[in-house]
Amino acid sequence: MSTTKKLGLREKYRLMTRGLGWETTYQPMDKVFPYQSFEGIKIHDWDKWEDPFRLTMDAYWKYQAEKDRKLYAILDAFNQHNGHLNISDARYVNSIKLFLQGITLSEYNAHRGFVHLGRQFRGVGPRVASQMQALDEIRHAQTQIHALSHYNKYFSGFHGFQGMYDRLWYLSVPKSYFEDALTAGPFEFLTAISFSFEYVLTNLIFMPFMSGAAYNGDMATVTFGFSAQSDEARHMTMGLEVIKFMAEQDPDNIPIIQRWMDKWFWRGYRMLVLVAMMMDYMLPKKVMSWSEAWEMYFEQAGGALFEDLARYGFRMPKYADVSVKEKDRYSHEAWAALYHYGAAAGLHTWIPTSEEMEWMAEKYPNSFEQFYKPRLDYWDEQQKAGKRMYCASLPQLCQVCQIPAWFTEPDDPTQLCHRETEYKGETYHFCSDGCCDIFKGEPEKYIQARLPTHQIYQGNCGGASIEEVLKWSGIEVGHDNLDYLGSDDQKNWERWKHQTAVEKKIA
Amino acid sequence: MRLLYIALQENEEALPIIDSIIEDNPSATVRRYPGMVRIEADGRITVKRATVEGRLMRDWDPQELHLHLISIAGNVHETDDEFTLHWGTAEEMEK
Amino acid sequence: MTVNALYPDYQGKVRDAESNFHGGRLLYVAWNRHLMFTNPFAYLVQPDMKFGDFVKTVMAPSFETHPDWAKIDWTKVTWHRKGESFAPDCSKTLKENGLAHKAAIQFSTPGLDGIGGLGI
Repeated sequence: MSTTKKLGLREKYRLMTRGLGWETTYQPMDKVFPYQSFEGIKIHDWDKWEDPFRLTMDAYWKYQAEKDRKLYAILDAFNQHNGHLNISDARYVNSIKLFLQGITLSEYNAHRGFVHLGRQFRGVGPRVASQMQALDEIRHAQTQIHALSHYNKYFSGFHGFQGMYDRLWYLSVPKSYFEDALTAGPFEFLTAISFSFEYVLTNLIFMPFMSGAAYNGDMATVTFGFSAQSDEARHMTMGLEVIKFMAEQDPDNIPIIQRWMDKWFWRGYRMLVLVAMMMDYMLPKKVMSWSEAWEMYFEQAGGALFEDLARYGFRMPKYADVSVKEKDRYSHEAWAALYHYGAAAGLHTWIPTSEEMEWMAEKYPNSFEQFYKPRLDYWDEQQKAGKRMYCASLPQLCQVCQIPAWFTEPDDPTQLCHRETEYKGETYHFCSDGCCDIFKGEPEKYIQARLPTHQIYQGNCGGASIEEVLKWSGIEVGHDNLDYLGSDDQKNWERWKHQTAVEKKIA
Repeated sequence: MRLLYIALQENEEALPIIDSIIEDNPSATVRRYPGMVRIEADGRITVKRATVEGRLMRDWDPQELHLHLISIAGNVHETDDEFTLHWGTAEEMEK
Repeated sequence: MTVNALYPDYQGKVRDAESNFHGGRLLYVAWNRHLMFTNPFAYLVQPDMKFGDFVKTVMAPSFETHPDWAKIDWTKVTWHRKGESFAPDCSKTLKENGLAHKAAIQFSTPGLDGIGGLGI
């Protein structure tokens, strides 16, 4: 029997991180790590970086392998038993189309960012943590593609996600968000992705999507989702750690970080409008409303977090109050816009059922029946009269978040919100003060934004007609887009359910 | 209230861990969702290795939590014997 | 500071300069209190187009699906630009009306308040 004493957690962590680094001698450290100083963040002692989980590579491999084994056992079972037939309703599938189109390749972009950091951080602790996270992120992209490939055999909208991510107009929202972060310096990237996104906001993606998937009978998505989320808990911890580390290194860092927190809170919050819409409209069986989720995960949990960070001199992100004002309208405005651009989407849209509208009226007592139900009812009547609303006019987009300017004034939900500014003689337009402030902080960056509407008009998107642009974007016109009613998905679903019912009777 | 929480997947292996957390943190609130259990508390949540081992009837490394974790809020403090979530500084926590 | 870059004097390229639109320019239009159109529209227009023609041939196909469109009394319509009132001359071109590249205008139709008077 071996008598070797097992290393303690702290000791092992020291050996497996600090023990792997060295001071370079052939080249000065500043040249080896050229991205360390241009953002203005001052680091005096990299050894102060502590990974609270003290996870080392050997333990990482062990646990990740275990997670993948569990995941693939379930995916195999799901596929072998035609798990897609157990979902609540085929409309549900559109929420995972949105996930695959908008989030999966964002995970890949996060991977790219952490690979860069895994090389470029001067401190060994954060470098090792970034390398692990880079592997997590590519694992997420791969397992999501793998899990959802089963749905691609049976439903529209799953086939061209790579092309769509680069070209389909509304996917420039997540794409530009991640590219904004990737083109920032390493400390801003961490504040953007690890702190603002992972710590403050990611719960609002994974918890509702995955609980929603569980509730709607989608075992494949629940499984990859919770498997990914088990990594997210570590990412969140790193996000909080990086903020504390930078704040403790030098008081000069605090205003810089606060500016990034303001920017990336707003950027992330705007991107989450897609999730708000998914929660309230795309899940046939609903878990909680966007408004409840925002209260739970941002107002309460975020409130406690910023109260804790106040000891460093941080405050709540700017315009957090606007997000609270918008919580009763966020999902409704987004779904209405997507419905009305339903001919140009890579998924199906629909008018909610009357039971769903009752749920919304209950969850949104101060807004749904006053502002949003009448619009849905009118569209419903039009649709029944054979005049389904398909807007063919291109939207004005916000220069920063790239979302059509559908948001309303914080204090007046009946008035569209519009901000504009000039820079070097050119005019720029925004959906909100939040986005306008971000532009003013770094105009030389955002004047380069690739706005899909403008690209179409410049002739860079496959042609001038909507049909040509959609084809160029990877959409199979007449299959992937348009209303759920009358879609291939609806027809197939009814046929399969009928067949299953008949088979059960015979048995 | 200084809200903290830990959310775990609801599966066979995680249930003894969930029960141990509930035992060790009697003032915590337990919320159950499809596929997930969220345990909330004010100020501090501790997961103790010894309690989990008592339920699992085997050795258990607090790092095994990684397999079942969904989300957490709070500062993390981990040792060979405990996994703790807290607000405030590490020094304040150790008091 | 206009950008946080690795090297000094970083300059971005204006991606949506007027010269990139092959002789056209962008004009954005929103109809107040008619949120059946959930957002303002972006149009590619020729600067020498008459404002009246713009309304009839460019805006109409976008907005005419709304039952209020046919009821508009154009003598009562008010226009706004940058939060101030704006009085376009229908017989003059967009350029003569001062609508430079990427101008954004809003119009209100007094008495017409959307479906059910609800601003939809």
